[in-house]
Formats: sequence, C-alpha cells, structure tokens
Amino acid sequence: MRNPLSERIVEIPFSGIRKFFDIAAEMKDVISLGVGEPDFDTPWHIRDEGIYSLEKGRTAYTSNAGLKELKIEISRYLERRFHVSYDYDKEMMITVGGSEAIDIAMRAMIDAGDEVLIPQPSYVSYEPCAVLAGATPVIINLKEENDFRLTAEELEQAITPKTKILVLPFPNNPTGAIMERKDLEAIARIVIEHDLFVISDEIYAELTYLDEHVTIASLPGMRERTVLINGFSKAYSMTGWRLGYACAPKEILEQMLKIHQYAIMCAPTTSQYAAVEAVRNGDADVSQMREEYNGRRRYLVKRLREMGMPCFEPYGAFYAFPCVRQFGMSSDEFATRMLQEEKVVVVPGTAFGACGEGFLRISYAYSLSKLKEALDRMEHFIDKIN
Amino acid sequence: MEIREKILNYIETNSRVDLKDLAVMLGVEETTVANEMAAMEEERIICGYHTLIDWEKTSIEKVNALIEVRVTPQRGRGFDSVAERVYNYPEVNAVYLISGGYDLLVTLEGKTLREVAQFVSDKLSTLDSVLSTKTNFILKKYKDHGTVIAKPQEDERMLVSL
Repeated sequence: MRNPLSERIVEIPFSGIRKFFDIAAEMKDVISLGVGEPDFDTPWHIRDEGIYSLEKGRTAYTSNAGLKELKIEISRYLERRFHVSYDYDKEMMITVGGSEAIDIAMRAMIDAGDEVLIPQPSYVSYEPCAVLAGATPVIINLKEENDFRLTAEELEQAITPKTKILVLPFPNNPTGAIMERKDLEAIARIVIEHDLFVISDEIYAELTYLDEHVTIASLPGMRERTVLINGFSKAYSMTGWRLGYACAPKEILEQMLKIHQYAIMCAPTTSQYAAVEAVRNGDADVSQMREEYNGRRRYLVKRLREMGMPCFEPYGAFYAFPCVRQFGMSSDEFATRMLQEEKVVVVPGTAFGACGEGFLRISYAYSLSKLKEALDRMEHFIDKIN
Repeated sequence: MEIREKILNYIETNSRVDLKDLAVMLGVEETTVANEMAAMEEERIICGYHTLIDWEKTSIEKVNALIEVRVTPQRGRGFDSVAERVYNYPEVNAVYLISGGYDLLVTLEGKTLREVAQFVSDKLSTLDSVLSTKTNFILKKYKDHGTVIAKPQEDERMLVSL
C-alpha cells in the first residue's frame, strides 16, 4: 500500500503536552494548573440567550461572515473598548474561535516562500498554520530580561527581503506578557518601514492588569496592514462555544471569507446568538472576572517568588511563567517529576517554543483554594530537591 | 474600585479568607485590610460573619417561614417601633420593611411547624399594631446568599490544554 500521509503534515510535530495529559489521566488526586481556559462558567444570561435561540428554532446557517446583529455589536464594542472602528459589513467576519481566524489569515496572505515572523514562547498554532499555508516560519526568541515583550531590535534583526507577516501574540499565552502603547509604537515604525503585515492575536485583550489593552490596529498607519483577531473564549468564558472574529481591511477580509465559506460555511449559529448578548451586556461580567483573576495572579506570583522561583510580573492573560533553571533540571524534567511526585500538572515552557526552556507555564484559571493546594505541593517539591 | 468595595466584594462570599492572602490579592498591605475591616465593623458596614448551613443534611429539624405582616404605623415612629418589637424575638431571623401589598416581611426559624404557628398566633398576631399575618412555609432552599445549595459541578475541563 502506498503511504497515505502527506509528508508536510507528518513533519509537523505533535504538541508537547500529550505526555503530561497521558500521565495525569492515569493518576488520582491530580491538581492541574495546566489548563489554558477559564474556570468560570459562561455567565447565565449569555447561556440563556443561546438556549432561547434554540427554543425559537434558530438552527439554520447564518450568512458566511456571521450574523449582522453580532457584527454590529462587535464593531460598537471595539470602538468602545479599544478605539478602533471597523465596517461590520466589509471588514469583519465571525470565525470558529480565534484559531480559525489565525489559520485563514495566514492562508489568505501567504505565498510559497514568504517568511512569517513568530515571536516565541507563544501559542502553538502559529508555526503549523504558517507551514500549512506554505510559508517559512521564522522564530523570534523573546527574552525574560525584556519581560518577554517584542522589541524593535529583535524584530528588525529577523527581517529579510522575504518577510511578509509578523504575528503579534499579546497578551501572551504562555508568558502572560503584554505590549504597552510605547512598545507597540516602536514595532509599528519597523512594520511600516519594511512594508510588513501584522496578524495580531488579541484573544486575551480583556485580561490585562496594568493599563487598558492597546491594539496595534489603533496606531497611525497600522489599521491598513493589520488583521485583528479576537473572540469570546477568554473574555466571556466561552471556550466551548467556539466563537471568534477577525477584522481586517476589505481586500484581506474578503479573501479570508472565501476560505471560510468553502471550509467552514459559518460559525455555530447558537453561539452567535449567545455572543450577541455577551458583547451587548457582558462588560460587567468581564470586569468581575478580570478582578478575580487579578487577585489570584498577585497571589500566585508572590508564592512562586517566595519559594525561589523568579517570575517576571505577568500583566496579561491568566498565566505566570516562572524560571526553574536554578534547580538544575530541564523544564520537561521538572514538570514530569512534579507530576509524578506531587501530582501537580504544569506545562513546560518548551511546549511553546524552544526558547521556553527553563520556564514553566502555570495557569491561574483556578479557584484560590485549588491554587493554594497546588502551590503547597510545589513548595514541598522544591524543599525536597533543594 | 475603592479598597473597601473590593474587600466587601470578596468577603461577602468568602468571609473565612486569610487576611494575609486577601491583602496579597488586592495588592495592598495586610494592615490596610485589617484596619479597613475593623473600621467597617465599627461603622456597622460589616455586621457579622455568618455561615451558610444546609440543615437538611443534618439530623437537626428546622422549619423556616416567611410571614407577611400588615401593620399600622405609629405616629412619629413609623414602622420602626413595631419592627423592633418583632425583631427582638430570638426566633425571628430577619425583618424587612416591604413596599407593596404588605408592610413587614418576617422570616422565622422554629423547631416544628407547631412552634412557628404558635409564635404567629400568640406573639405576632396579638401585637396591637398588627392588622393581619400570612404565613408561608419554606419547603426547600435552592439558593441562599447567592450560593446554590446543591453540590457544585465538578471541574470538567481537560487536565492539560494549550
């Protein structure tokens, strides 16, 4: 029989957390700080609207780009929260999570051989999506000394004549890093100078704990070269609803929409109706959850530092990214031993790129009591190995 | 948000939180939290730290009733003096002045139906200013103080996800 598989696909590695999942699934009394999604239920008024839409029999496809009502609400929201305006009709589409938007943005903009700049550590899908679209991914290794922000120098050094796209994954999973306005302004200058485009994955935009999140699309000259990606998963605790959106200049958006039309048809209808309620009446839920995350964040970072794990101040998302180099173990070894000996799951930084070596991703999307118990176990582990 | 509001928001549902942890979570000094709480106790903003108990799960029998009471307000003192006469009974849990079809809502806890009935007929109805009462017994508590009584859902998320 011939090999049924595509070489290009086979060459893409599986994600680095499989092993931990397999070990943890076999164990009892495991406490996990390894989850990349909120612990809150979707607020009831949002769920209720989803249920209501089902009761009303709204179970057909929506238009490819998504419900008009939802897109209008999102354009108001983006204006109100992040001071960018998009034409809901021509510059916006509803996607199956932010993930789909990342994929189709790459496919719509890339030709074979184009280089895509991907800062790491970062979410795991950018590199495979770039490869699948035929691009050559070029990794920029972010540094702890810069609080894992992307600097203009790092960007400039990575640019070649083939560079077309910069992926901007902030607030960042796994590091919790953010980019402030001044950081973005420096990046924007280089992007414009070298005529690049930006795919800005802002799925954690609502979860920032310093100043208000700034989108690079709101900076002068950037709107026309940015695909802005956001969604409902993190802000409204709606991961399982699979709903995101992309905003981009008309020429880019209509090509993305073409891929979406053939591959997906439309985002889930029930989710879209629920999302109308989320974006219309959900601001208070978001700020309440943000406040709760922020308390846990402060608690987690303090405990980590107290137990001898240096940790830069993570101002975004719901992760801390402490350093474990001082224990003389690799991230993977540390995480594996901690799981086996203390039954605590964390994700080694290397799951998010080679430069994550020496770090762990610790999620604080857990109740304080869960966090506390997990941290007590971690402390016990560190006492033991020291 | 002001620090007091943050403290109150937190302790309203977690009054057993360690003050040291609360201070860390709010990003302030522990003494600040302790001082604010002491001041709020003094000002009767914080009126107590109670425990929400599901007595159904114990062997202890309790009967709870909501009693709608219509009263005649008194000159110069309105409803306050009759409310005071009612809330002084230790078996009375809560007394609220209500807008609408009646005046006071009294919640009551007794050991038996009979005990509650007796209180209403002997003590409450006989007060001079009480015009009428209507007793509603609570059959089941689903949610109280913002907390669902049933066992909370397990964390159904995958153990690890990216």
